[in-house]
Amino acid sequence: MSVIKSNKLEEEDLGETFFGLACRLSWDSAFYCPENERKVSSEKEEREMARYDRAITVFSPDGHLFQVEYALEAVRKGNAAVGVRGTDTVVLAVEKKSTPKLQDSRSARKIVSLDNHIALACAGLKADARVLINKARIECQSHRLTLEDPVTVEYITRYIAGLQQKYTQSGGVRPFGLSTLIVGFDPYSRVPSLYQTDPSGTFSAWKANATGRNSNSIREFLEKNYKETSGQETIKLAIRALLEVVESGGKNIEVAVMTREESGLRQLEEAEIDVIVAEIEAEKAAAEAAKKGPPKET
Amino acid sequence: MECVFGLVGNGFAIVAADTSAVHSILLHKNNEDKIMALDSHKLIAASGEPGDRVQFTEYVQKNVSLYQFRNGIPLTTAAAANFTRGELATALRKNPYSVNILMAGYDKEAGASLYYIDYIATLHKVDKGAFGYGSYFSLSTMDRHYRSDMSVEEAIELVDKCILEIRSRLVIAPPNFVIKIVDKDGAREYGWRLSVKDVTTASV
Repeated sequence: MSVIKSNKLEEEDLGETFFGLACRLSWDSAFYCPENERKVSSEKEEREMARYDRAITVFSPDGHLFQVEYALEAVRKGNAAVGVRGTDTVVLAVEKKSTPKLQDSRSARKIVSLDNHIALACAGLKADARVLINKARIECQSHRLTLEDPVTVEYITRYIAGLQQKYTQSGGVRPFGLSTLIVGFDPYSRVPSLYQTDPSGTFSAWKANATGRNSNSIREFLEKNYKETSGQETIKLAIRALLEVVESGGKNIEVAVMTREESGLRQLEEAEIDVIVAEIEAEKAAAEAAKKGPPKET
Repeated sequence: MECVFGLVGNGFAIVAADTSAVHSILLHKNNEDKIMALDSHKLIAASGEPGDRVQFTEYVQKNVSLYQFRNGIPLTTAAAANFTRGELATALRKNPYSVNILMAGYDKEAGASLYYIDYIATLHKVDKGAFGYGSYFSLSTMDRHYRSDMSVEEAIELVDKCILEIRSRLVIAPPNFVIKIVDKDGAREYGWRLSVKDVTTASV
């Protein structure tokens, strides 16, 4: 199954085979002509190309891939992102650094749909994210075209992780500087899933996870407070976890929800988030009061 | 042999297609749906080589979906029609698709529209169009009775007139037709016109 890609670094055969034509899927490819790619290069061009073929990601003497580890550093500097898997709901919540007054906040959406049943949030280099998300969206449609079936969450996670890994083992490129949280429901079985990928190309499934800034504190919170939830409770858990490291308020958080019954990703309005945040604050205050209350009476 | 035709009415567009899947002298099935929904508000009625028809329309549909995911808004009917035509034109002098397409869609700004795209990448925006041998009869019937801004009932009457004409005058007329409509509420099936139902031994 060869899919014609517009990225020159792909090793797959770019020939116009019957399958290639049938599977060809990309707005880029509508303007992409394989003939233009294969031209005879001069000796000077060959030498210049050779300089950039050397791998950037090489092993260190003690077995580390420093470029990958530096990429993980870039992730640690990115915005905090939380994902929680409930029994019938999956939630992604991302920290929104204060938007400049003149910026149209709707153009800087941090949680995106890959397909009707899959959503993604990421922490790290946003430009790298755009490229990865674009390829993932193409793959979702390509899979639908060739297999007449939507992707499973695990499939698309494996694909994205595979892409991230490829860029740790190719010449002249650097790894993607982002970790992704992928949520969704498998087609037909409608089983909810949450997966995480990182710059090294590893991926795993989680009940709840966080990535980006202060992800360790958020993960600790989730480990202490995670329980099987559904519906509104799952949303609350995700927001509570994010509020551990983010200033309170609807304008600092972006939340998106996907449920088993409905198709599509629902982005919560600022007002909705504010309501839930207020509920959480009230619960916290009540818990604090309960703790302080009884000792006074003794 | 394959009959596809359509027309634009008042705030809606209707396409009708025969539902026979034919291979030489054998009728594989007589309930083959040749009108695919491109997205919530677009229909693509295709006729031609069975393999090309399915492959090409599905390819267009997935690319239209991809556009929607990438850009957060759906394509307009005109844009989708032009994309389709572009793909046919690119393939024309290498690996041509033998598919004729009538694309019907509804956009908020442009209203209902119908596009005629034939296998050599001709593109026309039309009020009524038809493909196949049936077009000799349906186009003439539509020319006679069509008025702009027809209501759904009037349009269906005209579609039924065309189907009747095809059935009575085309030597190997397809037995069954499917009619689909697209308007502000989306694209949906309107009905079937059956003259031959599937016969199984159980029902005989």
